[in-house]
Amino acid sequence: MHPAPSIILFTTLSGLGYGLAAMLGLGLLDPAHIATKLAHVVALALISAGLLSSTAHLGNPQRAWRALSQWRSSWLSREGVMAIATFVPLTWSAWLAVIEGRYFWLPGLLGMAMSLFTVFCTAMIYASLKSVQAWHTRLTPACYLLFAIAGGLMIALFVAACSGAVERLLPAGALAALAAAWAVKVKWRMRMRELAPLSTQESATGLGYLGSVRLFERPHMTENYLTREMGFRVGRKHAAKLWKIAVSFGAVVPAMLLLVLMVWAQGGMAGALIAGLALAAFSAGLLAERWLFFAEARHAVMNYYGG
Amino acid sequence: MTSLPALPTPRKLGLVIDLDTCVGCHACVVNCKEWNTGGYGAALSDQDPYGAEVSGAWLNRVHSFEVVPDGEVVGEAGEARIVHFPKSCLHCENAPCVTVCPTGASYKRADDGIVLVEEDKCIGCGLCAWACPYGAREMDLAAGVMKKCTLCIDRIYNETLDEADRTPACVRTCPANARHFGDLGDPESDVSKLVAERGGIDLMPEQGTRPVNKYLPPRQRKPLSASSGLLAENTSDATGLFGWLDKMLDRI
Ligand code: SF4
Ligand code: SF4
Ligand code: SF4
Repeated sequence: MHPAPSIILFTTLSGLGYGLAAMLGLGLLDPAHIATKLAHVVALALISAGLLSSTAHLGNPQRAWRALSQWRSSWLSREGVMAIATFVPLTWSAWLAVIEGRYFWLPGLLGMAMSLFTVFCTAMIYASLKSVQAWHTRLTPACYLLFAIAGGLMIALFVAACSGAVERLLPAGALAALAAAWAVKVKWRMRMRELAPLSTQESATGLGYLGSVRLFERPHMTENYLTREMGFRVGRKHAAKLWKIAVSFGAVVPAMLLLVLMVWAQGGMAGALIAGLALAAFSAGLLAERWLFFAEARHAVMNYYGG
Repeated sequence: MTSLPALPTPRKLGLVIDLDTCVGCHACVVNCKEWNTGGYGAALSDQDPYGAEVSGAWLNRVHSFEVVPDGEVVGEAGEARIVHFPKSCLHCENAPCVTVCPTGASYKRADDGIVLVEEDKCIGCGLCAWACPYGAREMDLAAGVMKKCTLCIDRIYNETLDEADRTPACVRTCPANARHFGDLGDPESDVSKLVAERGGIDLMPEQGTRPVNKYLPPRQRKPLSASSGLLAENTSDATGLFGWLDKMLDRI
């Protein structure tokens, strides 16, 4: 599948934003501190930026509101509805923190649950497509959710360090979420690599009874919408390299930095620097992971276009 | 509404495509574009139409496949053959392209099962094209809306046309009569009988889409050696010039 920058940016940013919103909703951070107030604003900004960039690839963005109508059958529609509805508790919580400097469990917990459900909806858009076998598994929403939680915890840790208070629990939680996310992701990727294709050129043409089928001529010489959108192929060599980058930046570097913070629970400048570095590395690794999520997935239609 | 209608629909209008007789001339491709660029919905645009990288939205395309019988030595197990393969929307009964649509633009008609896009509602998100395993949907990049085969809905019910023309453009134009249109929900229809007689099949049945359109597989062919065997091996009933030649050669 073609790794469209707007979609990669959207899933990464909104994932981080909803992760942070969920942690803020848990009330882990001191609501009166300026860093926490800023965190509320940043969460809303990340979510909004993600949503805006997701409308960038629409052919007719002016009627995007229509996408809210089919929540009964469509995960994309459910995601849209949830994204908008979730703004209500999140803005309420943000208001309480920013203006009144206090935390209230009702919008907090509601916002947390709705944030995570929105991430789940996003992941289900992909997981529900049988035509893309690599995505069509429960592991897909599990990865998206765990990455959002790990990212949210890491931003929360950064905020806590900025406000001078780091307890051991927060880096330990972030580390656990990070480990869980990557464990599931590795399983997801192993599944993808071992898949026996559900559909083949033989089943796509029904000609398997005559022998093995090979594309002789494309329907026309140049690319078309389908080959551009779904025919993207990434070389094995590049995929292997990018996977290493994703794991190093997304898992190894932040894990080591989190360990440091766990052992040496430290707020202030130094703590914030370490937490900030962990967060930056994680985000970079996540972008590579998302790029591969699209680039490595094979669409069934390619059976008509020579694989 | 992108929930599917209660299934099955009373009629299942669709196409039956004969892979045995299709000669790969692309006439259906051209006539489909010709009719539909002036018919239902936005025109079918082309990008860079006179340039090197020309591309555009088409509702029907012909692929060509080479089939090689399995065997150690090429040609031993049988002869390789080329099969021309026209492909347009299969108007699936369990259409995944419909249920993913967030806007309600994509829908399946409850009375005849035709799958359509209501372009005024389409936001051009492209998700339905991702959901279709057959590549039957293409975005029109000029209008920003999804295009797909309409089963020529503006011909088949069009009473201002002659009776003979109330059939899809691709069917009407095919010089080899490789495309047939009819109601596949009625076991007594010509298309249903054709499918029963020729063992018509579904494409990618494992995707669970339950296509309405059926494909008629190419007939088994008599290998070339079966036809030339007469002169090569058995000359007992050779007559005329060959009979004389046969006798003469035997004497030498
Ligand atoms: S062929 Fe594709 S576009 Fe047509 S109904 Fe089936 S899934 Fe939908
Ligand atoms: S491209 Fe149009 S028809 Fe297809 S899913 Fe999106 S809104 Fe629906
Ligand atoms: S039925 Fe009409 S729209 Fe569909 S492929 Fe044939 S000519 Fe094109």
